Amino acid sequence: MTDALLGPEPTGRPTWGMWVSDHPQLVLGSVLVLLVVVTGIIEPRYLTFSGLRNTVLLAAPLGIMAGAQTILMLTGGIDLSVGMIATAAAYVAANQSPSGAAIAITAGLLVGVAAGTVNGIGVGLFRVNPLIMTLAMSAILLGLFTALSFTVLQGSTTVGRLISTLGGGSFLGNRIPYNALVWGGVSLLVIYGLRRTGLGRLLYAVGDNPTAVRLAGVRLWQVHLAAYAIAGLLAALAGILLAGRTGAVDLQLGVNFVLPSVAAAVIGGTSIFGGIGTYSGTIFGALILGVLATMMTFLDAGQAIQQIVYGSILLGLAWLYARVTSSS
Amino acid sequence: MTSSSILATSQVAKRFGSVVALRSVDLTVGRGEVHALLGANGAGKSTLVKILSGVLQADEGQITLHGRNLRLRNPAEAQEAGLATVFQDPALIPDLTVSENFRLTDVSEQEVVEWLERMQMSGVDFDQQIRDLPLPTLRLIDLARALTREPAILMLDEITAALPADQAEQVFGVMDEWRDKGRSVLFITHRLGEVMRMCDRATVLRDGRNVATFVPREMGEAGLVEAMLGEAAQGPTTVQTAVAKGPVALETRQLRSGDRLKGVSLELHAGEVLGIAALEGQGQDRLFALLAGDRPPDSGEILVAGDPLLAQSPYDAVRRGMVLIPSDRLQALLPQRSIRENLATPLYRRVGQWWGLAADEDDRVRSAIDRLSIDTRAGRQAGRLSGGNQQKVVVGRWLAAGFRVLLCFDPTRGIDVRTKQQIYELLRELAAGGAAVLLYTSELAEIPLVCDRVLVLYDGQVVGRQAAHEATEESLLTAAHGLSSEDVA
Repeated sequence: MTDALLGPEPTGRPTWGMWVSDHPQLVLGSVLVLLVVVTGIIEPRYLTFSGLRNTVLLAAPLGIMAGAQTILMLTGGIDLSVGMIATAAAYVAANQSPSGAAIAITAGLLVGVAAGTVNGIGVGLFRVNPLIMTLAMSAILLGLFTALSFTVLQGSTTVGRLISTLGGGSFLGNRIPYNALVWGGVSLLVIYGLRRTGLGRLLYAVGDNPTAVRLAGVRLWQVHLAAYAIAGLLAALAGILLAGRTGAVDLQLGVNFVLPSVAAAVIGGTSIFGGIGTYSGTIFGALILGVLATMMTFLDAGQAIQQIVYGSILLGLAWLYARVTSSS
Repeated sequence: MTSSSILATSQVAKRFGSVVALRSVDLTVGRGEVHALLGANGAGKSTLVKILSGVLQADEGQITLHGRNLRLRNPAEAQEAGLATVFQDPALIPDLTVSENFRLTDVSEQEVVEWLERMQMSGVDFDQQIRDLPLPTLRLIDLARALTREPAILMLDEITAALPADQAEQVFGVMDEWRDKGRSVLFITHRLGEVMRMCDRATVLRDGRNVATFVPREMGEAGLVEAMLGEAAQGPTTVQTAVAKGPVALETRQLRSGDRLKGVSLELHAGEVLGIAALEGQGQDRLFALLAGDRPPDSGEILVAGDPLLAQSPYDAVRRGMVLIPSDRLQALLPQRSIRENLATPLYRRVGQWWGLAADEDDRVRSAIDRLSIDTRAGRQAGRLSGGNQQKVVVGRWLAAGFRVLLCFDPTRGIDVRTKQQIYELLRELAAGGAAVLLYTSELAEIPLVCDRVLVLYDGQVVGRQAAHEATEESLLTAAHGLSSEDVA
């Protein structure tokens, strides 16, 4: 009965699924490179600075919105109002643009924080299901801004120069978009926040087992409130960048980003059940969706085809992740 | 035993990622045999049972039933083959009623009722939601459900953990009946007394291998422990020592809550381990819930270090240094997160602590791991740890965070002798260091080993107070049945 009797470990073949789950970033990176190459084959002009620049320009607002989604999905929540929060923030920023960029941006971001805070109060204090709460918030914002656009917010619907440059401009000889800089800054903050702060720890923990967090002496509503407020802030920032890219705002500005923001997080490996995921994964997810959108444009595929492709990719990945997590 | 083999496994192996749960297990269960499956936490017992139940699939090896090769791809196939299991955690859906659970699994309610009545469990309201029923009741419901399938082999994974003595007797009755019918039982337990009394043969697993098979009565308890741990070891020993009592750390005055608690007053001093002895459902759950801040009392007072505690949520109790180790360790575990994150969670309970990581997080986590000798090999996901190691993580987060009063609700449920002994010693060590410990345990034999004093709870009231070194299992059991009160002391 000595340990020598125990012998070597069984030679269980390391499965493909195990490898995938151990190296998610590598796999996502490979998929991204593959898509870029395929797109390059379809349209050789794509493999230039300006080609790639367009993809990043597309992906940056999405990536920031998907950051909001990632943070909430980690807690086991979701935000279906990111699109409308982005739109609302852009609206207010455009309206305030005559008073200067600083005021415009601040006002826009505050709208996002306010809407996010209300979401957080609903989910955290009144225990409203996140789907219901944010769906309702989205509807309320749409109604509110439809009404306001005829009254209080009747003025400017275009953004000033600084916002246009941030959202749509480039530097270094038109090679690197400014919004990529903003996205980079946001990424560093979000990655640092999730990995190296107490709040980050709690976001993961709440999604994994809220009861355990509550028994540890944490007031859950505070965590929810913080998460939704931060998500609102990120969605607003994305909205302002979007407005800068298009130059003018309308009520449809952010709506088409809601599902892709969820998709980017899911592609990046964030679990919709909470507790698992990273923002670096989501960054890959947003870039992959950006390349796909470009590819669709080159293939001259319409919005309908794009939606079908999004849906199929989501389903495929959900299936893959389920396989990987159940086999390991 | 000369009984012919009915179930056999040959070189069964299973790994989870890089963690090897089973290396190679050969197990033979005879016809008409109660067979014990023994082993320390993490030895692979539960994994083996899950493979035999079709919940998990073996990576390698063979299972034969009635001499025929068996491939179990899912639980339904295992049931079809005549293998029924009662798992450590009842396989019942918490949000549904008892009846709805039966309908879901296609079980005749009438037959379940008959089995429950034979186990002296009449009067279970089948319209109640599973989440509202106490764990021992759920275990017996789960057992009754398994019995209606008339399995050739009944597998019981730590069914007696958390069962009070009287209900455990009923389970033993069923096991005897199964043997008499010429069927078989595979029985997992950490209570060696039960093995000596109930089991015809025992197989010991250690580090994912079967290391011995024998007749327990010929081996003796000491022999069992030695086979499980792979080293000469003694059973649980007394760790209780007289310590100079400090000031009162926790006091309750006439706590009342619904019809569960009818005026409980107690005093717990710093440096003391106070035991609570009770049969199932005598109000101990509610007492701990009130103290942990999970709900407010209807009336009465809780004083921590002399000041009243008016708790809205566990936050308030934790803030005052009163922390809970719940009965179900899964309530306090982050299964998908690392050991480090589990241990460090209480360090970030206030908003002021959210902006970075605690500068001493490393030291605190490390010292908790060292002090509890937590096995960190599967440290990336606490859910992959063995039961005993998960329990250590749950205890460890309070070692890392610090506390004044430790509320332990059945902390040694379903864990092996060695880990149990570690927890006893830890509780004494904490008390010696000035902490106050309130300990409820379903194993009455633990009380004289660990506690300084013991209160007996019956029907929501304190009916007996004893000095722990004078208490015996019999005296506690008598008092716990409400048979005699102060005269026991």
